[in-house]
Amino acid sequence: MPRTPPPYRDVVIAGVYNTEQARRLPGRTVGDLCTEAVLGACADAGVAPAEIDGVVGMQVGELIYELGLGPAMRLNSSLGIPAVLHAAQAIAAGQASVVAVTAAGAELLSTDGSAAVWTRPPNELTAPYGLFTAAEMALMARRHMLDFGTTPEQLATVAATIRNNGHANPAAVYYDRGPFTTADIRASRLVADPFHLLDCATTSEGGTALLLAHADRVADLAAAPAYIHGGASDAHGPAYTQAPSFDRTHRDGYPAGYVGRRAAEICFGQSGLGPDDVDVCEFYDPFSFEIIRQFEAYGFCPDGEGGPFVESGAIGPGGRYPVTTDGGTMSFSHAGISAQMLQRVVRGVEQVRGTCPSMQVDGAEIAMCSNGGSGALFTDVMLVGSERP
Amino acid sequence: MILEPNLTGVPVPQPTPLSKPYWDGCAIGELRYQRCTDCGAASFGPAHACHRCRGRSLEWTAGTGRGAVYSWTIVGRPPLAAFVAPYAPCIVRLDEGYDMVSALVGIDPAELERIGDGLRVQVEFHPVADSITLPFFAPADRR
Ligand SMILES: [Zn+2]
Repeated sequence: MPRTPPPYRDVVIAGVYNTEQARRLPGRTVGDLCTEAVLGACADAGVAPAEIDGVVGMQVGELIYELGLGPAMRLNSSLGIPAVLHAAQAIAAGQASVVAVTAAGAELLSTDGSAAVWTRPPNELTAPYGLFTAAEMALMARRHMLDFGTTPEQLATVAATIRNNGHANPAAVYYDRGPFTTADIRASRLVADPFHLLDCATTSEGGTALLLAHADRVADLAAAPAYIHGGASDAHGPAYTQAPSFDRTHRDGYPAGYVGRRAAEICFGQSGLGPDDVDVCEFYDPFSFEIIRQFEAYGFCPDGEGGPFVESGAIGPGGRYPVTTDGGTMSFSHAGISAQMLQRVVRGVEQVRGTCPSMQVDGAEIAMCSNGGSGALFTDVMLVGSERP
Repeated sequence: MILEPNLTGVPVPQPTPLSKPYWDGCAIGELRYQRCTDCGAASFGPAHACHRCRGRSLEWTAGTGRGAVYSWTIVGRPPLAAFVAPYAPCIVRLDEGYDMVSALVGIDPAELERIGDGLRVQVEFHPVADSITLPFFAPADRR
């Protein structure tokens, strides 16, 4: 992969903000939460809301109208990292100079005992068989276990690590609910083998926002700047409609089970960095297995060795590659389809600023953030750093 | 216990112009897939072009309904009340050279856990609505 010039060096992540996150937020709406989050990110950045000339994510038209920002660039997106990259590209290309990226989830949870709507997408080829997100990801995990001997204990190690991060995070929905051992994870109710309840993401409500600006604004900012050292996206197809076969590929070395590998190569190429340069891994954690396969996909360890890698102590507090330090979707928050993906980047920013109230990685300069899942056939990655690339 | 198909109250497929030949096949006991008349590649699910040569000459063809289990899961906590646990969503790698999602029936979950990888399976059809029949897969040696 040829080295490309750092594409985002003229962009700064100037502000971030999470609203309150909770299992339910009665009376709150997506519009209400996005508005609070965007204004909060502006306050964090020390940038006046009136300076926003682009909005990406959810509620974009409403925000432009209600905050009196028009005319401004708008892009509806239910994506996480790609939404941040679109905002950064717009600034780099001169389309806008201060862009808010926001998403929220509210009024989401079903009351009839069925799983959250976004976990059971309708499709004529999968829904009749009772497929849902956990089962789709389990089909990937099973194949990895068969091919490489990955064990339930290794999966549980991931879940216990991330849930203990949430246990220590006062802002997490599941704060102070632990600590968890691998035995606790494995003793929880079976959802879709090999996943037990505590191997899986939770569901909750809340909002989040990031404020991106041109790097020429850095001197005016209230918070320490964070920079985008690289970012890229991979997909192998539509989510939850086709067989999630680990080995499906049309390019050598890029099977669907390692979706995100090509993106990581591009992302590292944009920065001249590699896995050795990463201080903290703010990886997306929809299911425990997904962390294991990401370490392999991105080149942190050889294919098939993600299980021993997570058991080595590398991913825990004080380890070489602490993972998902706020508790992720398993414990911090999982507010619908998009906010929790943006929150991986928010946490990466907090890590390189050195301001995390819990599980701060000492001296963290580079955070790798990710979104997606193998069973959903997509993964997005991004590198956030404290120094300008 | 032996796994049985979930047939009552489950989401019923709504065939589209693209998928109708597949569901029409199921209704008469044929497991159909698309074969590229240019390069011979098999495609599934229903597609608009060949994933290998990118040509548009796909032709619906009846397969043998035989294949091998590529992956599976045992669901303990269904997403909807209509599904009775345990049941076993799976990926079958058909002998014609494509993968599809279905569910395994006619086998004990503990036995599946032991012998599932590469298990030879054969399609069997079960109606779920007036006009819709679903293909499931059972161990080939039990039929
Ligand atoms: Zn072809």
